[in-house]
Amino acid sequence: MSVSTVATWAVVIGGLLILLKPLGTYLYRVFTFQPTILDRPLKPVENVIFRLIGVSRDSSMSAVEYGVAFMLTNLVWAVMAYTLLRLQGLWPFNPQHFGNLSAGLSFNTAASFVTNTNWQAYSGENTMSYFSQFAVLQFLQFVTPASGGAVGVAFVRALAGRPLGNFFVDLTLLITRVLLPLAVIFGLFFVAQGVPDTLAGYLHLHTLTGAAQTVPRGPIAGFEAIEHLGQNGGGFTGANSANPLENPTALTNIAESIAMGLVPVAFFYMFGLFTRRTRLAWTLIAVAGTLYLIMLAMIYFPEAAGNPIVNQLGLLGHANMVGKEVRFGIGGTSIFETSTMAFTTGSVAAAQDSFLPVPSLAFFLGLFLNMVFGGQGVGLLNMLMFVILTIFLMGLMVGRTPEFLRKKIEAREVSLTAIAFLLHPLLILAGGALAVSTKAGLSGIFNPGPYGLSEILYAFASGAANNGSAMGGLNAALPFYEVAIGVVMIIGRYASIMAMLLVGESLLKKKAVPQTTGTMRTDTALFGGILLGAIVVLNALTFFPVMALGPIAEHYLLLAHHLFT
Amino acid sequence: MIRTFKRAVIVTALLWVILAWGFTFLLLGLAHLLFPYQADGSVITWHGRAVASAHVGQNFNRSLQYFWGRPSATVSPTTGKPSPYDALNSGPSNLGPTNAVLLDQIHRTIARYLATTPGLSVHQIPISLVESSASGLDPDITVQSALIQIPRVAKYTGLSPRELRDLVYREVQGPQLGVFGVRRVNVVTLNWALYRLLHR
Repeated sequence: MSVSTVATWAVVIGGLLILLKPLGTYLYRVFTFQPTILDRPLKPVENVIFRLIGVSRDSSMSAVEYGVAFMLTNLVWAVMAYTLLRLQGLWPFNPQHFGNLSAGLSFNTAASFVTNTNWQAYSGENTMSYFSQFAVLQFLQFVTPASGGAVGVAFVRALAGRPLGNFFVDLTLLITRVLLPLAVIFGLFFVAQGVPDTLAGYLHLHTLTGAAQTVPRGPIAGFEAIEHLGQNGGGFTGANSANPLENPTALTNIAESIAMGLVPVAFFYMFGLFTRRTRLAWTLIAVAGTLYLIMLAMIYFPEAAGNPIVNQLGLLGHANMVGKEVRFGIGGTSIFETSTMAFTTGSVAAAQDSFLPVPSLAFFLGLFLNMVFGGQGVGLLNMLMFVILTIFLMGLMVGRTPEFLRKKIEAREVSLTAIAFLLHPLLILAGGALAVSTKAGLSGIFNPGPYGLSEILYAFASGAANNGSAMGGLNAALPFYEVAIGVVMIIGRYASIMAMLLVGESLLKKKAVPQTTGTMRTDTALFGGILLGAIVVLNALTFFPVMALGPIAEHYLLLAHHLFT
Repeated sequence: MIRTFKRAVIVTALLWVILAWGFTFLLLGLAHLLFPYQADGSVITWHGRAVASAHVGQNFNRSLQYFWGRPSATVSPTTGKPSPYDALNSGPSNLGPTNAVLLDQIHRTIARYLATTPGLSVHQIPISLVESSASGLDPDITVQSALIQIPRVAKYTGLSPRELRDLVYREVQGPQLGVFGVRRVNVVTLNWALYRLLHR
């Protein structure tokens, strides 16, 4: 392992570890309406917003009201995005004169960005005007993670025995107090490192060899900042963060990897402060952190060892550099890829389709679990879903009524949690089954052999997990995938969020039971271990068969030097 | 319900003004104030003409007298045909590790280096030089990748291998802050330095 790899990993992981406590504390203060340093400049602005929408900071909603406000606001964004994209040709800031998007692509893109998936069935640099990029897609990359984060805040409040709060207040505060200030800082850093930020049209260059090259420009730096701070992952260009225009240096690669994790990890600590159980928060951080490190190892070591079939050619070095950029090296690429799959961002610094089978298994792990910190708020929801399931399973094993945070977990909570849990594999496996049993689905496959199946599964898993990255060979622009993935993204986003909101409220309404020596403790290493085991077992039972046909089969065929034509 | 819907519309309008317009133009302003060169795309000019964007690779792989970059899998967005280093359609080959086409392409790239470079053997060729990049626009190659091309460049430019070796080492970019990233050479700036050397 090179010095650069160690240093890069140390900065990303160390940075997130150092920042999680101060940022988590800051989030806690913001969402309990305590004074913070940004009060003076921002409070007047927020007050204007709250007055115009007619809510007060300390008002509260029921779970249903909160959920309805969340859904309706998302609906408004979807309609707005669809309309603006469908009529792109009418709007200003379009120096390349791109025309209207088709109905299918407008729907897919609106669904994709509103659900915080940011799956892209297009290449930005030859499809989207500057207006579409900053006034539609960048806007959605601010508001949709904030709306998911708001639900996370409401759920945490419920667990802490407080009223849920007001959706519009939480949405606004997450933007003004967290995402917007961070986006300005990261955006400026990206420009300094060489990410363009301009409204001037594309660059027309006369190259040394007498050829012409057109290089896209645009308001990229700000877009790039919120793309990562919001775990969005919708790139400005087709190659996303592999493109030197979006991720030009080793330092921007580090900054983007950190930006993705900042808020999701801080949410875990905020949960600890809300529930006055920081030890529990650290247990959950340790569980997610362990999975993060496992993924990092699963990606780095096979890629550094390389493709055995290529390596028998006797070239210098052995790392798998297919679909990777020289400036990041395998170390930088691996930490970015781990982050993008763990935090469900979905931007990529390399070609997912060209990774070796074990690393691609790590990608699937991130997509299936969806709680290795996950997206802000939503990842925490998924983690707590597994916590509730684990407590229930433990309760069954020792024959005791399961309790969490002094509330009894009973039939209603377990049913709702089970629905939220089972929905994810259902969407992925049913979607995948539909695709492989229809001509329309099969015709999108690019790579022969088991990777063909992986491409399809990845697409549905990415949609359901609201990740948005792709094994890029799959032809996502086919109408079948535009519609099918669009539907999967919507169900994957809203159904589980609603189920968990109801769980939160149902727990809130219960009377607290006194904590005794007989109470099962959740803030211990023992519980952390069982939780980790439960997460792995539950997911292995669900996904192992299909993984055996995809990356695992590919792995053994690769070792046997088998080539597919 | 209707009241909530109204609120959703109003909050959307307000946030749209702040995030789509306020944020974008604030950052555009700050970027041009503080880092105008980078904000405009790090344009490299030669006698007043824009010739390159510093971070974006260009295709030299058909000219024997220049250093070659990594294979690029980009296709033209209009014709769908291969068009290496087409910045209008960034993207990878997406070839999987057991795809026969991948091996075929690697074999052909190796053969081309061996055929054009005097005295070169396979075990000297860095693996990254024959495998295509993720963006198709990777401007960089490793230092070794530049050094092994010197016999060919020397043959077709008439410069001495020693001059070229010095040139390559002048163009080496170390890791950022001494530790982050890979020691590498930017092919675009390397070839411009070569051009200046030939036309001094």
